[in-house]
Amino acid sequence: MFNTASTTPEKILQMLAALLLFAAVMGVILFIAGRFGGKRGDKVVAYLYLLPAVLMLAVGLVYPGLRTIYQSFFDAAGSSFIGFDNYGTIFSDKDQLTVLRNTVFWVVVTPFVATAIGLVYAILVDKSRFESFAKALIFLPMSISFVAAGVIWKFVYEYRPDQGNVKQIGLVNQLIVWLGGKPIQLLIETPLNTFLLIIVMIWIQAGFAMTILSAAIKAIPDDIIEAARLDGVNAWSMFRKITLPSVQPTVVVVLTTIGIGTLKVFDIVRTMTGGNFETSVIANEFYRQTFNADNQGLGAALAVLLFVLVIPIVIYNIRSLRRSEAS
Amino acid sequence: MSTATPVTTPPLKAEKISTAGVAKKRLSSPWASIAAIVIAVLWTLPTFGLLVSSFRPEREIKTTGWWTFFSDPTTTFENYSKVFGEEGGVNLAAFFVNSLIICIPSVLIPMSIAALSAYAFAWIKFPGRNVLFLMIFALQIVPLQVTLIPLLKIFVSIDITGTFWTLWLSHATFALPLAIYLLHNFMREIPAGLIEAARVDGAGHVSIFFKVMLPLLTPALAAFGIFQFLWVWNDLLVALVFAGGGDEVAPITLQLANLSGTRGTAWHLLSAGAFVSIIVPVTVFLLLQRYFVRGLLAGSVKG
Repeated sequence: MFNTASTTPEKILQMLAALLLFAAVMGVILFIAGRFGGKRGDKVVAYLYLLPAVLMLAVGLVYPGLRTIYQSFFDAAGSSFIGFDNYGTIFSDKDQLTVLRNTVFWVVVTPFVATAIGLVYAILVDKSRFESFAKALIFLPMSISFVAAGVIWKFVYEYRPDQGNVKQIGLVNQLIVWLGGKPIQLLIETPLNTFLLIIVMIWIQAGFAMTILSAAIKAIPDDIIEAARLDGVNAWSMFRKITLPSVQPTVVVVLTTIGIGTLKVFDIVRTMTGGNFETSVIANEFYRQTFNADNQGLGAALAVLLFVLVIPIVIYNIRSLRRSEAS
Repeated sequence: MSTATPVTTPPLKAEKISTAGVAKKRLSSPWASIAAIVIAVLWTLPTFGLLVSSFRPEREIKTTGWWTFFSDPTTTFENYSKVFGEEGGVNLAAFFVNSLIICIPSVLIPMSIAALSAYAFAWIKFPGRNVLFLMIFALQIVPLQVTLIPLLKIFVSIDITGTFWTLWLSHATFALPLAIYLLHNFMREIPAGLIEAARVDGAGHVSIFFKVMLPLLTPALAAFGIFQFLWVWNDLLVALVFAGGGDEVAPITLQLANLSGTRGTAWHLLSAGAFVSIIVPVTVFLLLQRYFVRGLLAGSVKG
């Protein structure tokens, strides 16, 4: 049951066995909980209900997290204590600085562009006849994997050498050729390649921004709009004075949410360039250092850095939420 | 991630004016329509190009652009039979099965565990309730990367590496903070009178959970279920660390990523492979879009 299953029937059996085992554990918990009643029994029931979740989180999230922080102060083999040296490396090594620079590009560009496109599109298709279809088109990339998105865009960026009868098969290079230019090795040219990868993330996240912002736009009270209309406000000031202030708290949430997601982007970089040609980002570098370069200490430090960078964004997010609820 | 979005979806019955609607009218519709169409086309074209390519013969994909298909259409299903079959060395069918086997428990297990915990947090008073809830809420911000290596060492020490168990357990654990938070919020909105009435009738917490809560909870469970399903199906990182590359355990995303890395110019395989991998999430999404959007609005994006 805990071995590697290799044929399909074996795999299905193993899955069913796992689900049964899980159901049995839950059954035992509910059975015991059912035997307690009254006010004092309530406490026991609560702790029983929380037991599986707390146990899993303690073993699977809290302990590993603390362990990684501890490990980040050790060398590549994880045997001798080296203090903050790994963090020093991240902020001084030439390759690591490129990684940091790229991560900054990603986190600054993606949220703003994706949110702007999402907002504009949400306004443009609002109340139109094809609203739900138009939204689905933009939103679909959100449902597919970053890996598949990477493959789709790698094909868009595909390059064929510029020789007599060789035709371009990638859309971007074909457009360049049609416009009279020479084809470019798009994914190798730095720093252009990092921005081309960022486009993929924008392509995915714009749908998210659009969905959330569209709901916020629809929630603006009718009387405000009506009043502004009677005042003869034009489209641009309607957008600036009414739409934008009304959805502003939502915009902040969308920006920060996309920012956090972007900080941890890994699959796109790995699928499209493997982090080569100076396109690596922190999340990708974490994987490379840990598994390919066998530097556990540096890998751990990169993971911790990711964690540390998320915290201020989350705090900002919660603060602005509080402020918008208070007003 | 992890924070409620301050938006509500209003009922869409009466045709009402909105700022956006006004803005659009004033912008004189043609320009607005053109801009919308341009964005829609830009967003669809990349996928469309690869989709068309997946039905073209290998030689043509590699020598001409997919747009030539419209002047010289030749179609084949050979790419799809190649990625599915074992002889091509791709064997996507096996990885497809793995993805399903990984996903089902990875959705059901955290869903039930979180429902129980959320119930305790929402409807039972016990010492330490607020502190514990806050701690679990805060765990949403922990990036997976921080947990992977120690978790891998735990899996090695209990000897379950290279099995589905590693993926089931880790996906289930990673999902819990978000699931508990979402379900808790939903349960708090159920009128207290319902629960009190059941208690007066002598029902214990077990039967209240099953008879009162669970039926009301379906939309929330569906929203979380779709979220988690898409997350697990589309995951690469967790699979890379725990599953190994063979076709015993690894999901379809992993094989597609490998294919892209080792045979990056085999576009006839990559195009068909990509579409095999996205057919399930896209179908789930299109069928259950309503719940998915509700989940997005209620909460968060984890990771």
